[in-house]
Amino acid sequence: MDKAPEGALSSLKTGFSNRLPTLGILLLCLLLSVPVLTILASVTNSSDGVWQHLYDTVLGDYVTHSLTLLVGVGLMVLVLGIGPAWLVTMTRFPGSRILEWALVLPLAMPAYIIAYTYTGMLDVGGPLQLWIRETFELRFGEYWFPQIRSLNGAVVMLSLVLYPYVYLLSRMAFIEQSVCVLEVSRTLGATPFQAFTRVAIPLARPAIIAGLSLVLMETLADYGTVQYFGISAFTTGIFRTWFGLGSITAAAQLAAVLMIFILFLILAEHWSRQKARYHHTSNKYTRLPQIELTGWKRAGAMTYCILPVLLGFVIPFVQLSMWAVDTWHLIDKESFLTLFFNSLELASITAVIALLLGLFITYSKRLRPTLATRGMVRILGLGYAIPGTVIAVGVLIPFAWFDNTVDAWMREHFDIATGLLLSGTLVAVVFAYLVRFLPVSLNTLDAGLGKIKPTMDDVGRSMGLKPLQILRRVHVPIMRGSLLTASLLVFVDVLKELPATLILRPFNFNTLAIRTYELANQERLAEASSTALMIVLAGIIPVIILSQTISRSRPGHDART
Amino acid sequence: MVRKLSLVLLAACSMPALADVNIYSARQENLIKPILDTFTERTGVKVNLVTGAADELIQRLTLEGANSPADLLIAEDVGRLYRAKQAGVLQAVKSSTINDIIPAQYRDSEGFWFGLSLRSRVIIYDKARVNPADLSTYADLADPKWDNKICVRSSSNIYNQSLVASMVSRNGVAATEAWVTGLVANFARNPQGGDREQISAVAAGQCELAISNTYYYGGMLNSTNAAERTAAQAVAVFFPDQNGNGAHMNVSGAAVTRAARNVDEAVQLLEFLAGEEAQAWYAEVNNEFPVRSDVAASEVLQSWGTFKADNIALEQLGIHNAEAVRLMDRAGWQ
Repeated sequence: MDKAPEGALSSLKTGFSNRLPTLGILLLCLLLSVPVLTILASVTNSSDGVWQHLYDTVLGDYVTHSLTLLVGVGLMVLVLGIGPAWLVTMTRFPGSRILEWALVLPLAMPAYIIAYTYTGMLDVGGPLQLWIRETFELRFGEYWFPQIRSLNGAVVMLSLVLYPYVYLLSRMAFIEQSVCVLEVSRTLGATPFQAFTRVAIPLARPAIIAGLSLVLMETLADYGTVQYFGISAFTTGIFRTWFGLGSITAAAQLAAVLMIFILFLILAEHWSRQKARYHHTSNKYTRLPQIELTGWKRAGAMTYCILPVLLGFVIPFVQLSMWAVDTWHLIDKESFLTLFFNSLELASITAVIALLLGLFITYSKRLRPTLATRGMVRILGLGYAIPGTVIAVGVLIPFAWFDNTVDAWMREHFDIATGLLLSGTLVAVVFAYLVRFLPVSLNTLDAGLGKIKPTMDDVGRSMGLKPLQILRRVHVPIMRGSLLTASLLVFVDVLKELPATLILRPFNFNTLAIRTYELANQERLAEASSTALMIVLAGIIPVIILSQTISRSRPGHDART
Repeated sequence: MVRKLSLVLLAACSMPALADVNIYSARQENLIKPILDTFTERTGVKVNLVTGAADELIQRLTLEGANSPADLLIAEDVGRLYRAKQAGVLQAVKSSTINDIIPAQYRDSEGFWFGLSLRSRVIIYDKARVNPADLSTYADLADPKWDNKICVRSSSNIYNQSLVASMVSRNGVAATEAWVTGLVANFARNPQGGDREQISAVAAGQCELAISNTYYYGGMLNSTNAAERTAAQAVAVFFPDQNGNGAHMNVSGAAVTRAARNVDEAVQLLEFLAGEEAQAWYAEVNNEFPVRSDVAASEVLQSWGTFKADNIALEQLGIHNAEAVRLMDRAGWQ
C-alpha cells in the first residue's frame, strides 16, 4: 500500500526507530483506544430485538437525517472555508487584513450556543417574527419565514461554526505553497481562477480533506444542536435507544455503526488519493504576490468573506451580549472566576498533552509506517466522531473496572480499601478529552509532517542526528505552525466540551460550559448568555494567535522579491 | 510533568471527607445548592455536589458500583427514579418521619425513592382563540377537531414518556397507541424545543394548544424577559380530566444510593428536604407544588385555582416507560 518515500528514509526507519520509546507509545495508544474498542466490540453482542424495532420504526430517519446533515454541512463548509482562505491569501481588498483572522472567530462559538442564540432571535415567538406580525398586522402562517429549527437550520448552524477548520487548514496550505508552481501554471496559460482550481486546490487537498474530516466527524458527534432542534439523527437515536429503550448494547452498536462509517469514508479518501504524496513543491519561496482587487471583484470578495464572520460570529455575539447585559443582575458573579479558571486549566492541560502525544504518535508513524502504527492512528482518529457522552461511558467502564479491581485486591491482601482512585477525578476527565480530541492534534500534525519531504530526514541523518534530534531540530522548527494549530484547536475544543465533563467530573467542580448548559436546559437562554459569552471570549484569544501564527508560518515570509 | 500536575489536582478535589453527604443531582445547581447550604448551616454536615443528566448519573452510579462515593441521588422525574431502582443502585429507607409527610402515591412502595416536589403536565391554550369549555381530557386531544392545532416537544422527553406511560398503565398499549396516533395527526409542527417554546408558539399563533409542565408556565409568568411574560399572559392553564382521573402528576425526588457510606446523614438530608422550610423554598424556586399539603404553594400557582390531581401510584409511570417509548416510535411521534 505504501510504497512512496523509499530510499534513505528506510534505513533510518530500521536503524534508529528502536530508540524511540515506541513500545510506550503503542501502549499509550492502546490505552487511549480502549473506549473506542469497547464500543466497536459491542457489535458482537445480542441486543434482544431492539434492532428489529429500530429498523421497523426510526432507523431510516436516523440514517437519512444524519446523511443529509453530513452532505449539507460538508458542502457548505467547503464553500465558506476555501474561497475566503484563497481570497485573503492571494488578494488584497479593504478589510482583508482583518478578515484574515476574523474568519477564524466562529471557531470560538460552540454549536449548541449559536443554535440557542439564533433560535431565540428567529423562532416564532422571537423578536423578529414578533416585529413582523406587529408591524404588518399579520398572523402566523400569513407570511413566509424560514424555520430555524429544522434539518436545514441545523446544517446552517453547524456549518457556520465549523467552516473555520477548513478555512484554517486550507489557508495554511495556500500560504505554504510555493509561488513557483502557480507562476508556472500561469505561464502555461491558466487564468488566476484556473490556477486556483487546477493547481492550488489539488495541492492543498490533504489539508482541505483534513479540515473537512474534522468537520464531518464533529457533525456526526453533535448532540446539542440536533437534540435542541428536535431532529432524529444518529446521536439523538443513540441516547433514545440507550435510555428510552434501555438497551446500552444497541446504543453502543449504533455508535459502532457510526464509527465504521467514518472509517470507511477515511479509507475511501485514501484509496482515491492512492500513491500520490503531497510535499512542499519547492524550496524557493518569495513573498506571495497579493493582487489588489478592484470594482465588482472587490465588492464580491468583501461580501463573500464578511458574510461567514457576520453570521457565524458577530450577530450571535451581539445578541449574547445584549442578553448578558439584561440578565447581569441575576448572575452569580462569585463563582464566575472559578468557572473561568477551571475551564482554562482543563483546556491547557489537555492541549499540552494532546500536542506531545500527537507529535510522538505521528512521528513514529512516519518512521515506521507499519500496519500496527497506521492502524492505531486510524482507531485513535475515530474518537472525534463519537458523541462525548458515549466516550465518557467508554472511559467510565475501564476506569471503574480498574479502580474496583485494585480496591478488591488491596482489601484482600492488605485489608486496605482504596476506593475509587481514578473514577470521578480530573484524570478521567482529561483522559476522555484526549480520546475525543487527540484526532484533531493527530490530523493537523500528520498533515504538517506529511508536507516535509523525506529528504529532510535524510539530510538530518547524514549529519549524524538521531531520530528524536531530527524531530526536535528539523521537523519541529519547520512545522511550528502546525504545532500551534494542533494545540490551540484542542484548547478551544475543550473549552466548548460539555457532555464528557458533565458525566465524569469530580464533586463541586464546574466549568463555564456546564453552567451555560444548566441554565439553557432550564430554558433560561438569556441567563445562560454570560457564561456562554465567557466561553467565546476565552476562545477568541487563542483563535487570534492561531491566525497570526499561520500568517507568519510561510517559510521565508520575510523574503523580499 | 503535566500528568503529575493533574494527579496533584485530582488529589485536591476528588476525595470528599467522610461524614459529608455526597450527591449526584439531576436537579441543577441553582435549583438545589441554596437549600443544601441551608442544611449545612443548620446541621454542620457538609454537602458535595455533582450535577448532570439523570440517566448519565445513574450510569455512573452503576459502573462505580459498591465503591461509588455518592450517598444520595436526586432526579427530576419519576421515570428516572424508577430506572435507578431497577438498575439496583438504590437502597430502601424506612423513615416514619418521611412516610408520614409524603403521600403514598408520590413515593416508592418499598421506600427506594421519595418525591419532593410536584408538577402537573397540563394543557396550555390560547385565550383568544380557544374556549376552555371545548377542552376536557387528554384523550380528547386526539380528536380531529384539534387538527393542526397542537404543539408538544419530542417523545425523547421524559415528561411525555411518563404521560404516555400513565395511559398505558390505565388503558393498555393498544388503546394508548391509537390515542398517540391521533395526537400526532393533530400536531401543528414537528416536535421541537422545550416546553417554554411550545407555550411561545401558542402565543405566536402557530398552534392553539400546547402540552407543558406547570413550572415552565410559572417560570414564564415570572420571567425577567418581557417577551416571555407577554407570551405567558396570552395563554392560560387547563387542568385536564377533572371529571375523571385528574391531571397527570410527576415528581422530582431523591433516593439513598446502595453504595452510600453516610446513610444517616443522607436520610437526615432527605428528612430536611421534606421539612416545612425546605418544602416552601424547594417548590417555590422552580414554581412547583410542595409535596406536602400543609405547605402552601407559591402565589402564582395558587392563582390557577385548585384542581384534581391524578392519584395513580407514580411507580407505574416507570414500569410502563419502555412500552411507552416503543409505541411513540411506532406512532411516529418524533
